Parts: sequence; structure tokens; C-alpha cells
Amino acid sequence: MRIVTSRGARLGALATVATLALSACGGGSIEAETEANESQAAEAGGECGELNMAVNPWVGYEASAYVVGTVAQDQLGCTVNYKDLKEDVSWQGFGTGEVDVVIEDWGHPDLEKKFFEGEGDGTAMDMGPQGNVGIIGWYVPPWLAEEHPDILEWENLNKYAADFATSESGGQGQFLGADPSYVQFDEAIVSNLDLDFKVVFSGSEAASIEAFRKAEENKEFLIGYFYEPQYFMAEVPLAKVALPPYEEGCQADPQDVACDYPETELKKIVGTDWAASDSTAVGLVENFEWTNEDQNVVAGYIAGDGMSPEEAATTWIEDNQDKVDAWLG
Amino acid sequence: MTATATDPEAAPRRVEPGAPPPVEAEAHLSRWIPASAVVVAWIVVWSFTEGTDTLPLPGVARTELHDGFTELQNWLLAGRDTNPVMQVTNAIAEFFRSWVDWLQRMVVKPNLPRPVPEIGWLGVVALATYVGLAIASWRIAILVCASFLSFGVLGFWQDSLDLLIVTGIAVTMVVVIGMPLAVLIGTHAGANRVVTVFLDLMQTMPTFVYLLPIVLFFGIGTSAAVVATLIYALPPLIRIAGFGIREVPETTIEATDSAGQTYWQRLLKVQVPMARKTIIVGLNQTTLAALSMATLAAFVDGPGLGQPVLDALRINDVGAAVVPGALIVVMAVMLDRTTTAASERAEKVARGGGGDPRVRRVLLLVGAAATLVAVYLSRTYVTLAEFPTYGIGDRIGSAVGDGVDWFTDTFGELTGAFKDAITNALLNPMQSLLAESPWYVSFAAISALAFVFGGARALVSTLVCLAGIYYLDLWHDAMITLTMTMVATVLVMALALVFGVWMARDRRVDLGIRPILDAGQTIPPFVYLIPVLALFGPSRFTAIVAAIVYAAPAAIKLVADGVKGVSPTTIEAGRSTGQTTWQEIVKVQLPMARGSLVLATNQGLLYVLSMTVIGGLVGAGALGFDVVYGFSRSEAWGKGLAAGLAIVLLGIMLDRITRAAADVRRDDGPGTRRAFHIRLPIGPPH
Repeated sequence: MRIVTSRGARLGALATVATLALSACGGGSIEAETEANESQAAEAGGECGELNMAVNPWVGYEASAYVVGTVAQDQLGCTVNYKDLKEDVSWQGFGTGEVDVVIEDWGHPDLEKKFFEGEGDGTAMDMGPQGNVGIIGWYVPPWLAEEHPDILEWENLNKYAADFATSESGGQGQFLGADPSYVQFDEAIVSNLDLDFKVVFSGSEAASIEAFRKAEENKEFLIGYFYEPQYFMAEVPLAKVALPPYEEGCQADPQDVACDYPETELKKIVGTDWAASDSTAVGLVENFEWTNEDQNVVAGYIAGDGMSPEEAATTWIEDNQDKVDAWLG
Repeated sequence: MTATATDPEAAPRRVEPGAPPPVEAEAHLSRWIPASAVVVAWIVVWSFTEGTDTLPLPGVARTELHDGFTELQNWLLAGRDTNPVMQVTNAIAEFFRSWVDWLQRMVVKPNLPRPVPEIGWLGVVALATYVGLAIASWRIAILVCASFLSFGVLGFWQDSLDLLIVTGIAVTMVVVIGMPLAVLIGTHAGANRVVTVFLDLMQTMPTFVYLLPIVLFFGIGTSAAVVATLIYALPPLIRIAGFGIREVPETTIEATDSAGQTYWQRLLKVQVPMARKTIIVGLNQTTLAALSMATLAAFVDGPGLGQPVLDALRINDVGAAVVPGALIVVMAVMLDRTTTAASERAEKVARGGGGDPRVRRVLLLVGAAATLVAVYLSRTYVTLAEFPTYGIGDRIGSAVGDGVDWFTDTFGELTGAFKDAITNALLNPMQSLLAESPWYVSFAAISALAFVFGGARALVSTLVCLAGIYYLDLWHDAMITLTMTMVATVLVMALALVFGVWMARDRRVDLGIRPILDAGQTIPPFVYLIPVLALFGPSRFTAIVAAIVYAAPAAIKLVADGVKGVSPTTIEAGRSTGQTTWQEIVKVQLPMARGSLVLATNQGLLYVLSMTVIGGLVGAGALGFDVVYGFSRSEAWGKGLAAGLAIVLLGIMLDRITRAAADVRRDDGPGTRRAFHIRLPIGPPH
């Protein structure tokens, strides 16, 4: 016991000496910074206040959210809180003030019914398009499109059904369905077009991407639900299969869908109360608009180059201050 | 023949030297004969009726029942401004939020106008180390110090402290709510039966199902994280502490009662102190369960190490997920060892041990002084307040990422073949039998099997559970999930037998493997989903592999402990007759550890089942997909709820059947070790 004590005491003494030595050579004083902050406090966040930005779980969204958030923080002086949430939870947050902005919405009629003025409680509102165009569809890996170009027409899919078969598809061709968050009618399309395929759901975006990556690497047959803008398209440019073209109303009844997905204008959804506030960030979000290419660049920084979202946003903003100025206009 | 051979219900503790080794018991064989008969009959009926009345429901389709559930949620949502219950829960949420926020400003985030928290990293490390020293020993103090430094050096200082704060508050609340309930179920048999049903529900219901309502009642972020963690971590404490209180010997209570004590005296002076050791184990399990909620809480913006793990999943980067995932393991080990050592120390001190109190007092005073100095310094200098950044975490991450890439590239072909072999030989035929038989045929066959293995009690539970699944409109999906669960459990048990026996027979193997098993159980499944996906692609088999990684450690440990528990005299007796090692394992050790094997099967089944939802994220479809679908799209929330309930019913059914099967041939009393396994396990969150 005696030995333990002295060792403990010695350790303690050693630690004290070490910390003292460290502190002697180590950096500035906190007191000085506190005073500086106090004198600044009056200005900071003044006209903007807090901005609660939902971050839905895909990289493209993250790119948009952090670019807008970084501009708000660095150029308008807002305090930006990023909140990692799925879509439905984000919309619930408008009413409680926990979420102010959903920067990239792919269309949620069910949520609009619950939260928009008119049908719902009016806590959320549409703030117009944000420039990105969502293209949903059926995609195959590029090697397949090159080797069998006719596969890009849906009429020829049955010819290859056997090649698409996997251990999961019970003898039919496998069609890889997507993350359950997304709007999808693939089961109906397959059955209404009499395709000899079975929809197997990947369950998550991560699973779908990993599957397409592997299929391209090993030259395997794979067809599935995918979309752009998507950073992965830069790594493996998937080819889109033509379905019967979309016409107004052909997706009215989910059971009868036999056509392609429409191009979707991605929107900004914001909390009604926040939109009516005098925060300077309202104008920024209202004016924010960019292209699929812009988003893919930032998303590529994050997913491909391993930058943090903040770094990625800052890098892009530095290169594109002219576009940013237009939003601040 | 000894009693072993003829009477498996009372396997003997001792065998006379020189007696022949026990052989397979007839009673054991006889159970498999009717079981095989049922399966054969099932196959015959299936061959005529395959594909009829299977009640399939397409992936994104819903029924009226499901929409009815959804309406319930919508109704709650529509009335959220006036709902009096929500006013109360919002107040509670506000309380949690301000509590977390205050702690964060103390140690994590800048307490404006200060540019840094009130106490910097040096002070936090010193305080934590001091706590380790004060409640346990200097060894623990070093462990705590090293763990805290690793949080910072690997680059996740803030996330780690956030997770500790959320876990700490949730566990505190668990104690406040759980201890009275534990006392209740420990002293009233009737209350025990009622509460147990709720605990089963809380532990088997997938978290994704109740995450949306929690957000509705408690808001987004820290408050939701605390409440979700609280719900998930509550059952182990109630169960284990309740068990400990119940097990206080009757004679002790009678003896002290005769002195005329009141109810409160009995409770506080006799029952709780005597059960203290068990209660600490319960607290320990609760803490680990709370930690395992980290990634799930991140789905509703809960702070902590779960967020970087999910961020990494978003960009399919296993390297970025592995470091925060490993830190969760570090934290679990730290908390586990500290609470255990603290309770052991308290025990020693209570018995008058624990070393010279004067020496200890001096030690504590010196430590306190050093800690105060450290806190003061960390409040004064920026470098001691903000943890310096090191690149080592990133380097480890990218090294692991590269390693995993190499592995998946090299073995991708091989694993694909393995996947197809298991899928075609085991999974597809079984799924065809269970899910492609008419529902009433499967219903009857499963019930018959339950009766064969578990008797009338298991039959009743099975009938109720299967009927419930039928009425939830998810029969077909439930059968697919059941198939995957059983195939995964077969593989888990194969691993458990091999490694369990090996560990039991070789101490060094045991020492080497145990830490890996601990890590397998604590690391969030989201970390290894990406490499598993890269190896096997989105499929049912991928889900099975993920489930095995999670479930095998528990089963292996149980088998190892069971085999180790076989009395050495019995083994000696066998050896003296000159049997080979193989005979010794197959004829003596395994049959005599049969109770543990059944228990391991029980745990294996339930741990595997608790991975159902994770499976839904990697292409397994069925109930797991339904739950994820319900969480992702609010119009389908009802279907997610129904699928969650179906998983609960499957869990209860499998638990009751295997427990009934184990009870029939139970060969020892419920010792303290076993006590922690008699109910549903702590599954991973999902």
C-alpha cells in the first residue's frame, strides 16, 4: 500500500510539474479573448440571429446546406445550427422552431398536406426552387450500357432478365429498389410493363451505391433506382434506361404507374414563422439558387476528397463569390 | 449407466471415478423424432400447396390497419399545440435540454463570452482521473485518464464528451425511475408479471418505430436522444436489480422481521444492501445499453459519437466510421471496468478492507490539489482548454479504410460464392417452406414444433404471437424474417460451439478472444455495414452476416462458460477410460453443458432478431425494411409500427419456446450468473 501511495503521489506531482511546464510555454490567455468577445457581443448575430438548418441524410443535400450555412455565418454573421435529421422529422420541427430551413426538398405531398397552409397547420411553406433538378430513374452501370446499348430501352429488358438474376430474386431478374425514404413506384412499373423482374430493396443509399460500384468494377449485371444530382455519378457515370415517357397524371394512382419518373424541381421549404421574421438570412435562402454541376462539385469535395462539409463549402464559396453575391443581393 | 444417461433433467454434479462417460440421452433423442415428423409432414403439404394463400404484401404497399395506425400519429401531430400531455412532456424536454446545455457549456462548448468551456480539457481529464481514483483504484484512474486522452488525441473530444453527458443524464434518470420499479417487481410477484411484459416490449420494439413519436413529444436533438436512450436502457436495471432483491434469502428476511422491522427498514437495511452487488451489475448493463443507443440517437440529431459514424455511412467511408466507433468501445470498456471496480471496492470497504484509510486520505488530498491546479490552468490558458488537433485519428482511419478496400477487392469473389452457397442451400429452401406455404399450414406447423420443444406453455405463447402477426397483415414478411433469424442462429451456434469449446479448453485462447468479443458486441453495427456490403452486396445474406457479428459473441461466451462449468471430476472420469479429445468434447462436455447451449441458442435468436432493422438497411427486405420505411416516410409510419410489433411478437415467441425448452431440462438453480440471461437480452438498438 505504501508503495502505491508514493507512486500515486509521485504521479500527481509529475503531472502538476508537467502541466505547469506546458502552461508556461503554451499559448494565449482566455481572459483576453473573453474581453474581446464581450466587446464584440453587441454586433454578433445582430440582424440575423440563429439559423436552424436541417441536414437530410444525403451528400448533395449536405452540400447545399453547408454552402448556404457558411455564407450565412461568414457573411451575415448568423449563428448556424446544423441538425442531422431525416425529412419527416425535419418538417415536424418547423412548428416548434427547431428547424427553419429544408434546403433541398424532392417533393413530399403527404407532408405538404400536414404542414402547408390550407390543408395542414400552416407551419411550413414553399420558398421556391433552389435550382437543382432531380432526375430519378432506372440506371445501369456504364460498362453494361457500352457493351449492350439496347439495354437502355425498357422493351429489351426482358431479354436480359436471366442475366440480372441473383440469389435474392427467385429466378427472375433483380431490380434494385432504393432507400425507403424516396418516392418509388418500381414494383408497379415492373408489373404493369410485364417485366420479368423482382424488386429487391437495397434499404439505404449506402447499399445502392456500394452495389453499383461493385457492379462496375466486376462487370456484373445490375439495374436499379438511382438519381441525380449525386456525387457518385462523377465516380461512376451510370446510364439511364428509357421508360415510357412521363405524362401528366400517369403517376396519379400508385398501383397503375407504367411510366418514367418526372424531372423534379427541387424546392426550399421553410418555417412560416421564420420566413416572417426579420432575419437577414431569409433573403439569402430566398435568393439561393445553383445548378446540379455546382452541387456535384461540393458533394465531390465531401465524398470524394474527404473534406469536411465546412471546408468543402468554404472552398467553393471562395471560387464562386460572384454567385454568392447574387444571393446576397 | 449413471443417472446422466437416463435422466437429463437432473444431470449430476459428480460422477464416480471410473464410471463410464455419459452418453446421449434417449429423452433428448425422443424430442427430435416428433419434431422431424412435423417437418416431414410440413414439407409434404408444402409440395402440394406452395405459393397459395401466402399473404404477401409488396414492399411499399400498406393496408387499412396500417393507415389506421398512421392516423393515430397524425392525430397526435395535429393536436400538438393543445395536447395537455405534450405540454408536460415539452416541459420535461426543456428540462433535459437545459441540463445538457449547462453541462456542455461547462466542459464541451464555449460558454460565451468565454471562447472556451468553463473547464478545459486538462481540467476534465484531471477531474475524471480523480473520480476514478476516488471511487476505485489508481489502476482505474490510469485507465480513465488514458481513455479520456484517447478521445482527444483521436480527434473526437467534443463528440465523446457529448455522448458521456447524454449517457450520464439518461442513466441518472434510469436510476430515478428504475429503482422504485425494481423494488416493486422484487417484492411483488404480480407486479413482476405485469412489468415484465412492458420490459419485453421496450427491449424488442425497434427504436426506429418510437423515434418519431418521441420527437413529437420531446422535440428534436438532445431531449429526444436522452428519452430514446432512457427507454432503451431502463429494462436491464429493473430486471437485474429486481432479480437481486427477489433473491435475498427468505431466512434472512424472516430473521430480521422477527426483530419487528418496518417495511422501509427491511427494504433499506436488508434487501437493497444484500442485493447491492446485483444492482451494480444491473447499472453496468444499463450503462452499456445506453451507450449502444449513440448511433440511433444521431438519427434525430442527438449529440455524441453517433454523428460522425452516421456521417461516414453517408459517404460510404468505413475509415471515417471506424475511429468514432472504436471510441464508443473504449468508453464502454472504461465505464464497465470503473463501475465494476467501484462496486468491488465498496464491498471491500464495507467489510473493513480497502487498505489503510489514513494513507488513502493523504492520497486523495494530494490528488484533489493536483486536480484543482489542473482545472485552474485549463481555465486560464487556451492550449490547455482546447484539445490540440492531431492527425493520428485520420491516419488510423485511412489505414483501416485502405485495409478494408484491399480485403474486399481480394476476397470479393470468394465471399460471393460463399453467399450463394448458403443462400441456395439453406436460406432459399427454408424460406420457401416457411413463407411459401399457405399461412395456415405454417401456423399449424410452427405451433406443433413449439409444443414438441416447449410443451403446453410454449404452445399458448406461440398461438397468441402467431395470431398477432396474422392480424398485423404482415404474415409473409414475418415468415421471411423468421427464416433469416433461424439461419443466422444456426451459423451463430456453429461458431459458438467451435469457439466456445476452444476457449473453455484453452485459457490463453479465452484471454485472447474475449476482448474481440467485447468489441464485437459494443461497436455500432453501422461501422461494419459498409465492408459487409462491399463483400456481399445488398442481400438477405448481408443482413445475416451483420447479425452474426453482433450475436455470436454473446453465444460464444455462454457456451464457453457452460463448458468450463462441467465438473473436472467428470472429465477425469472420462479420461481414465482412455477416450479421445473428440469423444471428451462430444460425449461429455457438450451434453453436460446442454443447459448453457439452449440458453446460448435463446440469446442467439434474440440478438439476431434485434438486428432485423439493421438488416432492412442492407437489402434484407421483410420486416426490417418495413420498419425503416415507416421511419422514413410518415405516411407509412403505421406499417412501421405494425412491423415493429411483429418483431416483438416473433421475439417473445422464440424466447418463450427456447426458455420452456431449457426449463424442462434445467440442471441447476438460477445462479447469479445465469440470472442475467433469463430474460430477453440487451439487443443492439435498431
